[in-house]
Amino acid sequence: MGFILKSFNNIFQFYGNGFKTMPAWGRKVWLVILIKLFIMFAVLRIFFFPDLLKKNFDSDEERGMHVLDELIIKTDTDD
Amino acid sequence: MIENIDLSLVDWSRAQFALTAIYHWLFVPLTLGLSFILVIMETKYIRTGSEKWKKTTKFWMKLFGINFAIGVSTGLILEFEFGTNWSNYSWFVGDIFGAPLAVEGILAFFMESTFIAVMFFGWDKVSKRFHIASTWLVAIGANLSALWILVANAWMENPVGMIFNPETARNEMMNFWEVLFNPVAVDKFFHTITSGFVLASLFVTGISAWFLIRNREKEMALNSIKVAAIFGSFATVVLIFTGDTSARTIAKVQPVKFAAMEALYEGQTNAGLNVFGILADKDDSDDLDEKDIIARIEIPGFLSVMTHGDRDSFVAGIKDLVYGSEEKGIMSASEKIERGKIARQLLLDYKEARTRDESEEVDILKARFEDNDFQDEYFRYFGYSYINKPADIVPNVPLVFYSFHLMVALGFLFLLMQLLAWYFSVDGTIVKRKVFHWILLISIPLPYLASVLGWLVTEMGRQPWIIQDLMPVGIAVSNLSTSTVQTTFWLFAALFTALLIAEVSIMTRQIKNGPKIEEE
Repeated sequence: MGFILKSFNNIFQFYGNGFKTMPAWGRKVWLVILIKLFIMFAVLRIFFFPDLLKKNFDSDEERGMHVLDELIIKTDTDD
Repeated sequence: MIENIDLSLVDWSRAQFALTAIYHWLFVPLTLGLSFILVIMETKYIRTGSEKWKKTTKFWMKLFGINFAIGVSTGLILEFEFGTNWSNYSWFVGDIFGAPLAVEGILAFFMESTFIAVMFFGWDKVSKRFHIASTWLVAIGANLSALWILVANAWMENPVGMIFNPETARNEMMNFWEVLFNPVAVDKFFHTITSGFVLASLFVTGISAWFLIRNREKEMALNSIKVAAIFGSFATVVLIFTGDTSARTIAKVQPVKFAAMEALYEGQTNAGLNVFGILADKDDSDDLDEKDIIARIEIPGFLSVMTHGDRDSFVAGIKDLVYGSEEKGIMSASEKIERGKIARQLLLDYKEARTRDESEEVDILKARFEDNDFQDEYFRYFGYSYINKPADIVPNVPLVFYSFHLMVALGFLFLLMQLLAWYFSVDGTIVKRKVFHWILLISIPLPYLASVLGWLVTEMGRQPWIIQDLMPVGIAVSNLSTSTVQTTFWLFAALFTALLIAEVSIMTRQIKNGPKIEEE
């Protein structure tokens, strides 16, 4: 148990020191990553990119029936 | 003016996917190749114990880190689009996509994310052996991550290892190994990762050439050019070889795409390979919108040799594939349309029986979908049931033709550049070759262009299919309003452009700083 805790502590310290001593370019890059992830998950995913089948149907059976309908009745609109 | 262009929902959805995929792909290949260049440089450091190699490795690692960080997770946007814009397709592909992408997620997260931290934070904190093992694992992890998405993409080119279940309206994986070792997947994986290796080596030689032009960091630049040129030369040879095997596989599983790559309308024995050509509309063209090659450089008989290993072998042309040829045993598109319609009618019968709750009839019809003969003779042409006329199975020939030939020409140019860089490095004259420095520098965007052209051949050459022969693009798209897709198209354009500007500006600053300023 003590060994595991010590290992976790070492890993934590390794990452902690790495981030603390990170050069300016690294901090800048992390800022870009955080902004990007925020835009992707908090804006785009929630407001613009719902999973349509999950949102519109309650069960996999309903989703399957919907796609089955689409496959049967839809005609190619790419003409 | 873009607002005057009447693009349909399908076209806007395609444009959006193309935009995000192309932007995503601007970040990926450098990661694939530069990671292995770092492995070589760090190995040199460990073998020689020279601090110069350590400094060189750390410099390129910094650029790798910037590119990795900006590009990481941009691929997730494509998955958002699957669920929103391509929901029918997403559902239809079932676990064929789910399984490889799940493996990719696990590998990407655990291997790359864990060991990339050791790569950056672990200098002087872990042993040299553990550090280089981490660099190796990042390189292998990055490339294996690419494997899984390429396996999924290859399945779209050549759907194998699955069976369609009408009960769930999904394709279910029957044989994981058949999906993984799909010949298209094997070729695609090696061709794609080696294209990343070539891109990265030209990136390294180009930036190093800039240092030579500025008369700075001479030793680091020369060492870097040598490593990158040797690595890049071998990678380009493999790239060309895998390009050849890819084309041969395409000739078997996507013959219309192959014929479009060569603008071959009439099938021929002793078919010549176009090194390059100029296409023009044919005067008496029928509904195929046929093109003539008005000027060409051709190697006689070579296309037959490269495709089937025999000069006298027949290479099918677009007309043979559209109208069929009894003599050559090629089924016409009209026949495939009829067979596709039979498969779709069976699906309709199944659905109606299910709605009427006739369980016996449902079981009988379901059993037909599980029958191998039905799968091979009818269901494999399911997508043809949506095709209005045979000529619709032909992609945009000029786009595919020019993209393919320009990509190939660039590939051979890269080989020449890498071999020259290697030779000039060995004979010690590279420092004096100022013109060559400029050529290396201004060539940095070229492998990016070649890479995008390769994807254009892959994706545009597959049209009208999203899944070869099974599903046309128009059927895959979700019922959304066009304005919604337009909005997100521009949002993505803005986001990715901002990311690209961020990458280029941070990277340019660090290149200008060079390896000396470590902590800035």
